[in-house]
Amino acid sequence: KSEGATLESGEIDDNVITPEKAEEVKLKARYPHLGAKPGGSDLLRKRLQKGQKFFDSGDYNMAKAKVKNKQQLPAVTPAEKAEITGDHIPTPQDIPQRKPSIVASKLAG
Amino acid sequence: MAGAGGGGNDVQWCFSQVKGAIDDDVAEADIISTVEFNHSGELLATGDKGGRVVIFQQELESKNQPLCRGEYNVYSTFQSHEPEFDYLKSLEIEEKINKIRWLPQKNAAQFLLSTNDKTIKLWKISERDKRPEGYNLKEEDGRYRDPTTVTTLRVPVFHPMDLMVEASPRRVFANAHTYHINSISVNSDCETYLSADDLRINLWNLEITDRSFNIVDIKPANMEELTEVITAAEFHPNQCNTFVYSSSKGTIRLCDMRASALCDQHSKLFEEPEDPSNRSFFSEIISSISDVKFSHSGRYMMTRDYLTVKIWDLNMESRPVETYQVHEYLRSKLCSLYENDCIFDKFECCWNGNDSVVMTGSYNNFFRMFDRGYRQDVTLEASRESSKPRSVLKPRKVCTGGKRKKDEISVDSLDFNKKILHTAWHPQDNIIAVATTNNLYIFQDRL
Repeated sequence: KSEGATLESGEIDDNVITPEKAEEVKLKARYPHLGAKPGGSDLLRKRLQKGQKFFDSGDYNMAKAKVKNKQQLPAVTPAEKAEITGDHIPTPQDIPQRKPSIVASKLAG
Repeated sequence: MAGAGGGGNDVQWCFSQVKGAIDDDVAEADIISTVEFNHSGELLATGDKGGRVVIFQQELESKNQPLCRGEYNVYSTFQSHEPEFDYLKSLEIEEKINKIRWLPQKNAAQFLLSTNDKTIKLWKISERDKRPEGYNLKEEDGRYRDPTTVTTLRVPVFHPMDLMVEASPRRVFANAHTYHINSISVNSDCETYLSADDLRINLWNLEITDRSFNIVDIKPANMEELTEVITAAEFHPNQCNTFVYSSSKGTIRLCDMRASALCDQHSKLFEEPEDPSNRSFFSEIISSISDVKFSHSGRYMMTRDYLTVKIWDLNMESRPVETYQVHEYLRSKLCSLYENDCIFDKFECCWNGNDSVVMTGSYNNFFRMFDRGYRQDVTLEASRESSKPRSVLKPRKVCTGGKRKKDEISVDSLDFNKKILHTAWHPQDNIIAVATTNNLYIFQDRL
């Protein structure tokens, strides 16, 4: 099956590589630490974890308690919203809200 | 230039209709996620990321326009799924409709299955065109009459009313999938259906919601050993014991439910041998099958991977009988396509009514048709520019190198945000439904 690379008959060229392999070289140049098995566990596990959000009820309640003292809920910037674990204490705004049901599809309009 | 068509090589595709908003600012909820004709082709259903289903009905051909097939107009629309949050697993469950599958019609009502990542629902769509009037104990506005004021009796009578189409959820099949549902398929026995997620396939009875049988389980004991996932599954169109499922490694397994209760052992394994010298970092990713569809005859099945469409003869496991290049020019762009995640796009594919032509989508709102008999292929575009009523679609061509001819588009000019992932072909006629990001195009052959 042709990959798109052709060799002139009689031409000895060890450097001829298929377009696909050329793309691989490009990728490895940009990301030298990329694992050797792309279709393996890491990629698949990332796919299987879609939708996972992190929420710790302990942190949440502590944040709520602290906030009560300050009489004000801290504002959440979009950047903060993305990191729920670690240093960031989740607040009520961070917890995914149940989105309001949208009234009508524009396809039906 | 002739277009690819069914039965003849001179089908000319014409614009018929387009549904959806014109503005470029697309709300997430409006992204179309599935398109499906029912078994007669009279109804066309779409599902979107906002969890809504819109059903279009084909109008009866009018006598005024004998050369035009009926138009599809809105028949019913409803909210199928709502967003949920699983607090136990900290999992956000999208309301996006992954698949819609129609049940064959048995009575006046229509039934369809719609699914999101976790829950499948059976919807009944029924018409009401009569209303009873003349109750003895109720006024016409619904208020109850004082029984002591009733002096005569009358028999309530049905009177015609404006057609009302009602959609009601008849069954909810929940809590059977740990992973994300990618496929549902109704069995030819019309009693059961399967649902498949990344690692498991379950068999359901349409009447029973609190129980389902697990028929395939590829979850390894140690998740570190996970090497492949299930990407699509479908029942055979007329053998009720047979189904297939495809994997992220480019294989298809055919299973026979008569062989054992748990179909972990396949009856047939379809896999094309790979040339090891051609292997690259991208090989496995682009071999991942995004869709599998049986032909109407049941003799063949079609698979779609990132760059090709393959037709397999069920009697031959060693290699496909036909391979069609969808957009081979992307092979030299795989690095960028990996970086922008496009390499993971899941394109679907479909057969025409007599299995002579297959269709699939591509980028830049292009879609491709391959005529198996005449060995011809054509690239067409779904765009507002070529949306004049009954205007014939002009074939498009991508310039892969060298001098770009007039009317050709170069690979670097392709818009990778304009993807056609979902297409559907009317079961009998040459009518196709093509979904761009948020618009539904309907094309017909020129009569």
